[in-house]
Amino acid sequence: MDKYLEMIRVRFLMMLAYRTNYYTGIFIYGINIGAYYFLWTAIYGGKEQIQGLSVIQMTTYVAISWMARAFYFNNLDREMAMEIMEGKVAVELIRPYNYLGMKTMQGLGEGIFRLFFFSAPGLVIVYFIFPIRFTWDLSVWGLFAVSILLSFFINTQLNLLTGLTTFFLYNNTGLIRAKRVVIDLFSGLLLPISFFPGWAQEIMKYLPFQGISYIPSMIFTKGFSHQQAIEALGQQLLWVIILVIPIQLLWHAAKKQLVIQGG
Amino acid sequence: MNNAIEVQKLRKEFKAYSSRSGLTGAFRDLFTRNYQIATAVNDISFTVKKGEMVGYIGENGAGKSTTIKMLTGILTPTSGQISVNGMNPHKEREKFVQTIGVVFGQRSQLWWDIAVQESFRLLKKVYKVSDQQYDDHMNHVIRTLDIEPLLDKPVRKLSLGQRMRCELAAALIHNPPLLFLDEPTIGLDVLVKLKIREFLKEINEKYNTTILLTTHDLTDIEALCERVIMLDEGNVIYDGALKNLKETLGEGKELQFQFLEKVDLAAVKHVTDGMPVKWELDERDLIFTANIEDSDELISRVITAVAAVFKIKDMKINETSTEEIIRNIYEKGAVDVG
Repeated sequence: MDKYLEMIRVRFLMMLAYRTNYYTGIFIYGINIGAYYFLWTAIYGGKEQIQGLSVIQMTTYVAISWMARAFYFNNLDREMAMEIMEGKVAVELIRPYNYLGMKTMQGLGEGIFRLFFFSAPGLVIVYFIFPIRFTWDLSVWGLFAVSILLSFFINTQLNLLTGLTTFFLYNNTGLIRAKRVVIDLFSGLLLPISFFPGWAQEIMKYLPFQGISYIPSMIFTKGFSHQQAIEALGQQLLWVIILVIPIQLLWHAAKKQLVIQGG
Repeated sequence: MNNAIEVQKLRKEFKAYSSRSGLTGAFRDLFTRNYQIATAVNDISFTVKKGEMVGYIGENGAGKSTTIKMLTGILTPTSGQISVNGMNPHKEREKFVQTIGVVFGQRSQLWWDIAVQESFRLLKKVYKVSDQQYDDHMNHVIRTLDIEPLLDKPVRKLSLGQRMRCELAAALIHNPPLLFLDEPTIGLDVLVKLKIREFLKEINEKYNTTILLTTHDLTDIEALCERVIMLDEGNVIYDGALKNLKETLGEGKELQFQFLEKVDLAAVKHVTDGMPVKWELDERDLIFTANIEDSDELISRVITAVAAVFKIKDMKINETSTEEIIRNIYEKGAVDVG
């Protein structure tokens, strides 16, 4: 376990090594939140509520979705694709650890870094600029914390899955991009799931994507009742467990037919 | 168990895809692709004893790296048996890699953006090395490789020679009984090369570390290895002492002359008429080279004959270099050594 914790620390150091990325990141997230805030206020016009969400809830939803994204988001798929394409994965395989486990820890290190140095200060700033209502109910915060941890795992698992396809496709830039768009759209980051047409909502119930953004954001904005929130957490956990299966299958197949590219 | 590596009938095949030509060909490639089975390693067998330093050589694409990758558990063999440190590298990967160290000359295993010592610290945790072991062993390694001043620098700021010394240290953090070096001296200057060679000799003596070394720099092999395994197109074409290879295949010696006065080749040839000598002339430096059999009597006869007629400025007797021997073997693609 020691080595995995050490990996989190190393990832922290790496994030610090590239400070500019970090500052531009804050800036980009700020712009995104601002843009969606103005978009939604325009859409609401004078209306009190759309689909059971008030305009303030909506603004909070947007702000919290983006801040949660800073935690669960990572580029593990792209990193893995690079490592596999350049043959660096050979070096990973001569170390006594689980490659995918180590990758997950790197993602977690990155997530924790952003949570503290990015989301937390960002949220304070956003709180003063936009009309956002935070709850001070500790149980909501607790549920939210569990929920974003699970979103991290679901998102990371999907990234690992996409990354692993590089072993078979050799170049999967297109797939990585497509995955990102699908996640942004179907996870409820751009649009809450309750705004989708009924049939689409029905389909999305059977997909893992809403566990990434929609569920934690709805918990935080109190769009869910306590009962619903608990059920939603169960659903997230279920997906975390289910997704282990295709990852393991793909990983075993990949090791069998692994080709180290570039000598 | 005295063998560090045992390999039997090891084979690795790759599918090599080929593209069809033209636009229609490209469309057909979308659905079905042509491929051929290419054999990178063709049923090779060898063993390496504990504490041995073995040079593993061959041309580019001969299958060296593929073998190393199978021996280190990265690639799965198509068929054949491997036992390294008494384990099957691929089956028990995580336990197995704990007992080996690997340096790939062309890839870094340090983390690019962080200081060298942070990489070391992480590897120390990864290999579960205790503080005391680390201090005992690594302080010595760091001192010998002279990398103390580099420890707090990020890897991306190191020169190639500095980085390679750190890579070597990183591969030795857990003091493995078996070390794989895949072209460790590629692109390094003479001083760094010498330092690395000395260091490898030292750990081999001190810890009885087995070393398998691939390189294109034959001076590395000459300096370190008593035994070489030579590979060509996936087959072992020679496995034995480097000395034998030289004695059996180092056919003859070279006599090099430089003269005080201007001499032409025909005149020199005339002097040694009747003796089995092949003369060559290096026009630029005016060096006359006589290629002759390795026979003491003949050598002195040639020298006497030449010295009697011409004034000699400089003279050398050379053995055929290993490089030349190896080049001959590559060209012929076979070795006839008993």
